[in-house]
Amino acid sequence: MKRIVVLAKQVPDTANITGDAMKEDGTVNRANLPAIFNPEDLNALEMALEIKDQTEAKVFVISMGPPKAIEVLKHALYMGADEVMLVSDRKFAGADTLATSYVLAGAINKIGDVDLVLAGRQAIDGDTAQVGPQVADKLGFNQVTYVSRLSEINKDYLVVERDGEVQTEIIKTKLPVLLTVTSEANEPRYPNCLNMLKYFRSDLESKSSDVDIAKKNNWIIAQKGLEDLRLDENRCGLKGSPTKVHKIKSITLAGGDMQMYDADHPGIKQLINDITKDYIEA
Amino acid sequence: MKTIIYIEKNPATKKLRNVSLELAYKAHTLMKPFKGEVVGVFTGDELPQDCDELFKYGINRVIYYTNPKLASIQSIAYKNIIEQMIKSEEPDIVLFGATHNGRDIAPLIASSLKAGLTADCTQLYIDDYKDKGKILFQMRPAFGGNILATIITPDDRPMMATAREGVMLLPEKTLDHPVKTEKFKADFKDEWVLNEFLEIVPKQKKVDFSTANIIVSGGAGVGSRENFELIRQLAHALKGEVGASRAAVDFGFIEKDHQVGQTGSVVRPKLYIACGISGQIQHRAGMEESNKIIALNKDPDAPIFGVAHCGIVGDLHEVIPVMLHYLKEEA
Repeated sequence: MKRIVVLAKQVPDTANITGDAMKEDGTVNRANLPAIFNPEDLNALEMALEIKDQTEAKVFVISMGPPKAIEVLKHALYMGADEVMLVSDRKFAGADTLATSYVLAGAINKIGDVDLVLAGRQAIDGDTAQVGPQVADKLGFNQVTYVSRLSEINKDYLVVERDGEVQTEIIKTKLPVLLTVTSEANEPRYPNCLNMLKYFRSDLESKSSDVDIAKKNNWIIAQKGLEDLRLDENRCGLKGSPTKVHKIKSITLAGGDMQMYDADHPGIKQLINDITKDYIEA
Repeated sequence: MKTIIYIEKNPATKKLRNVSLELAYKAHTLMKPFKGEVVGVFTGDELPQDCDELFKYGINRVIYYTNPKLASIQSIAYKNIIEQMIKSEEPDIVLFGATHNGRDIAPLIASSLKAGLTADCTQLYIDDYKDKGKILFQMRPAFGGNILATIITPDDRPMMATAREGVMLLPEKTLDHPVKTEKFKADFKDEWVLNEFLEIVPKQKKVDFSTANIIVSGGAGVGSRENFELIRQLAHALKGEVGASRAAVDFGFIEKDHQVGQTGSVVRPKLYIACGISGQIQHRAGMEESNKIIALNKDPDAPIFGVAHCGIVGDLHEVIPVMLHYLKEEA
């Protein structure tokens, strides 16, 4: 194995919605949600680092998003990734999964000589699970989705467990391949303190940009846009997206009419009476 | 107009998956006003044993390609075969079940056809859109279920979508369409078979929500794995199934198989009892279509009361034992 690419996305933390992020009408203010490393992408990165620990493989992490997404790439470096690439361009905005996968595949081709791509099964903001497979299609790679375990690493093949709904499938697949990884696969490691310290120290000394700091430490943070990746503008962003958002409705937490029972013996007795009458005896 | 449905088989029972019947009927109701056709497409080692059932749910025709090498999922081969079928049928709409295999193959095909694909739709309908004529409106939850988005694919064909099992309703009375299955002459290459299956281990299925009339679910408020025994006892006394919120699963109170919600199972029982569940939208997305919902929570402002038909404000650790007491008395 030579080069492994991990696809990482910065996402709003939709799982932990606190009062701060709620608007008065009971809808969620998405701008107020903290931005985090998409959880299952961390599992994908951990899998890549486990392979790196056992082989000579080099781990590259790519994230497509606004400049702020550099945060997840820094985190990837702290965990032990070798090189990271932020794929960012105004012309990439508004992309659906088809346009996103086109850009990511372009970035992977730019790195070149890649024989394994790992991605989280799905991102917690869109939950589509489509980008991984669509990147595989564009690269012409085989794919295994829902990978819940990596059991064997070999020079030209892998053995993985795929989590099917009624069965677990133990699959041997040749490289190159793209895997989408579930949260069951592993426990992502913590960032390495030495890596973080090196980063912060350079930051204080030089007040330099992320790219300069990374270069000084032999990390490469590259920022690539449409022209760097030689992409067709018509296949990127909103232009390259066949699906459009027609309407968005925020879900409100308003209540309706409800029959209340008291939490004392007579109330609970009444509740049980009503349940048995309607659902047990019938 | 024409809609294609991707037909899936349960590898354990060799029979149709419910989601295939649900999509068949959904496609039938979509196509009926336009006298359109619904075509099922299948690939695998052999047709589902009960394949003819599809015609009772509104499928007009099934085309299939079978090969012993395709017994288990071969993403590239499945993709290439189904794509050939789509190209030869030229449908307006293609629907997949949002199953693990459906979510594996559908995006590959959409990528290859450069088609729009909308995941996990909860509602689908056809309507006019500007000067584009009739198109498919696809509603889906996003941002952890906090918004409901309507997605359209105005300019391209086919319009592709997936829906999860249990989301689209089955008809009360089945239909009776004439049976027509046709072999499809697909190109097939051995080099498309890239997965070698070393072993297939059946999962012990502990939870079956599809046949449960009553589901009793516990959430973070249950407090511990030991306390979850109360939820089990109540479910047992009501001859129901045990459910859980994501929080309860994340805290390790109970196994993930029991999870109800947007990332768990979508359920629609006659009676759903939510105990100690705050009612995050993620959970509600999986249970709010239940016939009757009873919420038990000590916080009177918990959002779960917003979807409940009956409510009881109290500590579940005190209320459930009393419920069990009166249930015994009734029996």
